Amino acid sequence: MLIKAPKSSDIKESEVTAEDVFLNRRSLLKGMGFVGASALLTTTHIANAGWFSKEEKAAFKTTALEYQPATDVDSQILTPENKVISHNNFYEFGTGKSDPLENAQGFNVKPWQLTISGECEKPMTLDYDELFKHFPLEERIYRLRCVETWSMVIPWLGFPLAKLLRQVKPNSKAKYVAFETLHDPQQMPGQSSRRVGGGIDYPYVEGLRIDEAMNPLTLLSVGLYGKTLPAQNGAPIRLVVPWKYGFKSIKSIVSIKLVEKMPPTTWNMLAPREYGFYANVNPDVAHPRWSQASERRITSGGLFARNRIDTLPFNGYGEQVAQLYQGMNLRTNF
Amino acid sequence: MFSRKKYILLSKVAIHALSLFFLVKLYYQAIHDQLGADPVEAVIHFTGIGAFNLLLLTLCISPLANSLKQGWLLQLRRLLGLYSFTYACFHLANFIIFDLQFAWWLFVDEVIKRPYITIGMLAFLFLFSLSITSVNEIRRKMGKNWQKLHNVSYVILLLVAVHFYWSVKSEIIEPSIYFLVSIVLLILRKNKIKRWLSFSGRK
Repeated sequence: MLIKAPKSSDIKESEVTAEDVFLNRRSLLKGMGFVGASALLTTTHIANAGWFSKEEKAAFKTTALEYQPATDVDSQILTPENKVISHNNFYEFGTGKSDPLENAQGFNVKPWQLTISGECEKPMTLDYDELFKHFPLEERIYRLRCVETWSMVIPWLGFPLAKLLRQVKPNSKAKYVAFETLHDPQQMPGQSSRRVGGGIDYPYVEGLRIDEAMNPLTLLSVGLYGKTLPAQNGAPIRLVVPWKYGFKSIKSIVSIKLVEKMPPTTWNMLAPREYGFYANVNPDVAHPRWSQASERRITSGGLFARNRIDTLPFNGYGEQVAQLYQGMNLRTNF
Repeated sequence: MFSRKKYILLSKVAIHALSLFFLVKLYYQAIHDQLGADPVEAVIHFTGIGAFNLLLLTLCISPLANSLKQGWLLQLRRLLGLYSFTYACFHLANFIIFDLQFAWWLFVDEVIKRPYITIGMLAFLFLFSLSITSVNEIRRKMGKNWQKLHNVSYVILLLVAVHFYWSVKSEIIEPSIYFLVSIVLLILRKNKIKRWLSFSGRK
């Protein structure tokens, strides 16, 4: 399936683009020096992250995937792979940005079961191998905007959530979709210790309205940069909702449930004044403790990278999703 | 007598060396993109925590000097306080230069609207006032007022503790520990603070 991605949002994004990146993605990556021949082989992510010289810990294995490459050659600079896999908010493995890289290497994702259940005619379960085979995989290059005001551009691999939902045939009561992360305190140190896990009640849960879930942009991702997801990025399967703040894009999902009532969501329960159910990227609605009007795009380059850019409504995907919220007050439904 | 002077000198050299070493290392790594994916966040956090640590050290000096009966330790207090201010300067500069990237309207907006940034800024201004009055000549000229002004360091400590606590998303354990340590340092001075408060109250 090709992505029917309107170009208008992309054009605005070109403000952050240097001329020399109007090349195709592959030569861009080669030029940046992050993907060589080894990209097609099994890689060890610890080795990729140069500043982590923790020795001899068995690294989480990722493998190359077959996929339909993104057709819209994007004018955005991709966030380098070593930054995508070393800067993660995944409190199950610690609250520091590099904690997940450090603590998730032993994460065991085989076997895995993802159940899709609730208000539907044909509930189903996908095991580990089926996650990668049930649907053809496509590449989607999306902006990811964190509520903490940093952002990345990431080449995800996955399939639209809508495809999966259509297969289980939601019934008329299915108004919302509830997602749940694996709960396994043995494997996830943040779930067994409040100190490590940042005081969150686990398992992590998230939710979407059914029409948001059915939007073609909403992706279930099983990989990035051509390979299966690293543990710290939410292996083996995670949600990616590019027009919402990153915390909506729940990681390491074991359950997708169609429900009638708006489901509880983790950050909203923790701080309802600060994080809403919708959590659409919105430069006009500030977080109570910081502005959301602009963001810092994480690319290569050190301290002097001039990377502050304006944040766009719906993270620049307004053309595809604004109609979902017609007539809604986005200030109160933040 | 001789050994005491030597202690002071050695301690001061150590304070200079350590404080500057960490700063140089920090910026070397940040400029060469070796501080994780987001060097901007890294330098902001490091200098912020560094300033807080140095402030706590500064305020440990007089209780330590008293209990250990090592009066010479007091000679180190100003230097530690000035390095706390130095780190605070870098902390603020990081925020303006690398995070906001000179978006001044945003800076003003954030200082006014966000309580944790407001009190952080307030703490910085207080620290600034203590630093510029730390010169011996000014100290002599200020007479008794100097001590009154410098008792503001207790207020700074509280402001900084709240600033840290309010700045985090949900991981409150580390800021809570800092808060507790700050409270302990204030309790050690409860008599002095009581006197100070009643004195300024009477005025």
